[in-house]
Amino acid sequence: MIECVQPTLQIDALGLHYRELNNRLRQAVGTGVCRIELQNVYGQRYLGTDLHQPVEIHIHGTPGNDLGSFMDGPRIVVHGNAQDGCGNTMNGGELIIHGRAGDATGHSMRGGRIFVRDDVGYRVAIHMKEYEGQRPAVVIGGTAQHFLGEYMAGGILVVLGLNLEPGERHTASFIGTGMHGGVMYIRGEVDDYQLGKEVGSVSLTEADDQILRPLVEEFAAHFGQDVAQILDRPFTKLAPLSVRPYGQLYAY
Amino acid sequence: MDARWLENPYGQDKVYDACGLIGIMEVTGRPFSGHDIVTGIVNMTERGNGLGSGFAAYGCYPQYADCYALHVMYTVPDSRAQVESLLGSAFISVHDEEVPHNPTPGLRDPPLIWRYFVRVDEHDQARVPQDESEYVVSQVMSVNTSGMGAYIYGSGKNVGVFKGVGLPEQIADYFGISEYEAYLWTAHNRFPTNTPGWWGGAHPFALLDWTVVHNGEISSYGTNRRYLEMQGYHCTMRTDTEVIAYAADLLMRRHKLPVELAAKVMAPPLWIEIERLEPREQHLYRTLRQVYGSLLINGPFTVIVARQGEMIGLTDRIRLRPLTAATRGSRLYLASEEAPIRLISHELDSVWTPVGGEPVVGRLGQPLPAERRSQRMRAPALVPA
Repeated sequence: MIECVQPTLQIDALGLHYRELNNRLRQAVGTGVCRIELQNVYGQRYLGTDLHQPVEIHIHGTPGNDLGSFMDGPRIVVHGNAQDGCGNTMNGGELIIHGRAGDATGHSMRGGRIFVRDDVGYRVAIHMKEYEGQRPAVVIGGTAQHFLGEYMAGGILVVLGLNLEPGERHTASFIGTGMHGGVMYIRGEVDDYQLGKEVGSVSLTEADDQILRPLVEEFAAHFGQDVAQILDRPFTKLAPLSVRPYGQLYAY
Repeated sequence: MDARWLENPYGQDKVYDACGLIGIMEVTGRPFSGHDIVTGIVNMTERGNGLGSGFAAYGCYPQYADCYALHVMYTVPDSRAQVESLLGSAFISVHDEEVPHNPTPGLRDPPLIWRYFVRVDEHDQARVPQDESEYVVSQVMSVNTSGMGAYIYGSGKNVGVFKGVGLPEQIADYFGISEYEAYLWTAHNRFPTNTPGWWGGAHPFALLDWTVVHNGEISSYGTNRRYLEMQGYHCTMRTDTEVIAYAADLLMRRHKLPVELAAKVMAPPLWIEIERLEPREQHLYRTLRQVYGSLLINGPFTVIVARQGEMIGLTDRIRLRPLTAATRGSRLYLASEEAPIRLISHELDSVWTPVGGEPVVGRLGQPLPAERRSQRMRAPALVPA
């Protein structure tokens, strides 16, 4: 929670175009507002983009595509579902989604964290990347659809499968196709046929536990889950087989 | 002299966006006003660029329910007398009128649009072809390929098709969509990528009671079109989506494939997926690809295909375009985004994003479809045991 002396700013977003809504967010943050509640959000895109200060924004409704794109610092809490491309090229801050998120969640993300309570769509964390101190993380409470971690170049991707029925498995295929950096932790088992050609399953070590545990603790705190229960089940760790899988693709 | 208006009359400069789709079906068959579909498609105005929008309405002509509702667009107004004489000799005319419209600021050059409610003479032994649907298709193709500047862009019984060049709110106002009632509605908001924005090129595309709205690009258009031409379908609308309407008619009406199999023709499983199936299922999917290889729709797509009593949502096999499905009460919603559905119905019973290549089907009088998380393909019941 961000320490906040100013009162919470309420904005009714019904009928507001995203440009107007983002302008108002920018102005508010500029005057030192540090907590904003958006009501009646229906599909406005790019919310929170271009904000570089710590501010907490609560969204009630269904934010549009590219939520938090290029965002650098704020915490956005969605009380509902998010659409496609949330966290696109996000540089810092947090997205906490009390619901599901769509395709390409965490697309090209380069910093910050995304926590999704339920399922996610296709191509989550596609081309997520890391550089020096910047190491983004995406934690999914449910399961994911195909091409999870496609072309992933860095960062940490965690899929917990908490809403799977007993005996139900993750069904994503083409996991990590083109992956060449970063790491994936999937709670439960994944068959070899579900993996892209560029990833392999490797054993977890003590070092992995130090990466995974704090993320699970944070996830559990956001959504009221039990850490021990989550960590009780074994994880599958997936890592790229090469840092440059297509180096020979166009060279003979 | 500034010749840009010749080259680019609608100012179709390259911008980046995507089409928007929405469909709503009341599976009880209870009609409802066009207000909801307009609310939904207008919410996604951002997805288009003003170069096309349209609506399909099922059950909107109850007073002429047993007539083919031929919707004709005259880009050359003088062709009307000629077309009417053709239609007059081909069909029994029940009623005809100009499609009602309202003055709408900002719309450019709306063509004359007329609708004809007609019957086929059942007792005419000399009629070729004898099959009534085939006969209607042949008449539609004949007018559309005549070069007269007239296009029959809707030909279903009790199906309305309303489309043109403009933003969704403009086209909705122009045709007064909120004043119609239907039990199944689809709508489109266009961002043309490779083909011109003209009135005939707006979605939906229709033939008999089929309508299609589409987001994506069909890179197999040439192959699909040539194959369909061999089957008597002629593409005249200068837009790739047209082939999906004709493919649907060929596969599901003429060849009587169930929608589950037709979906596997248009969006077949990848070979590596087929290789993991049981031998009997492998045989089915290999056969489909061999027989209907030319109807594989390649490239990214999401479509909502509808006919009387049925609404089908389908994406390409690796879902390169979005589709959200949702249910509430006895209604099925399909849309490019969740927000427009929530704007129409704040509370929903279920929301999901269907797996690529897996059709979501709403049927009149049937239970609503539910999320199928599993990718495991099941051979539909058509396979002999």
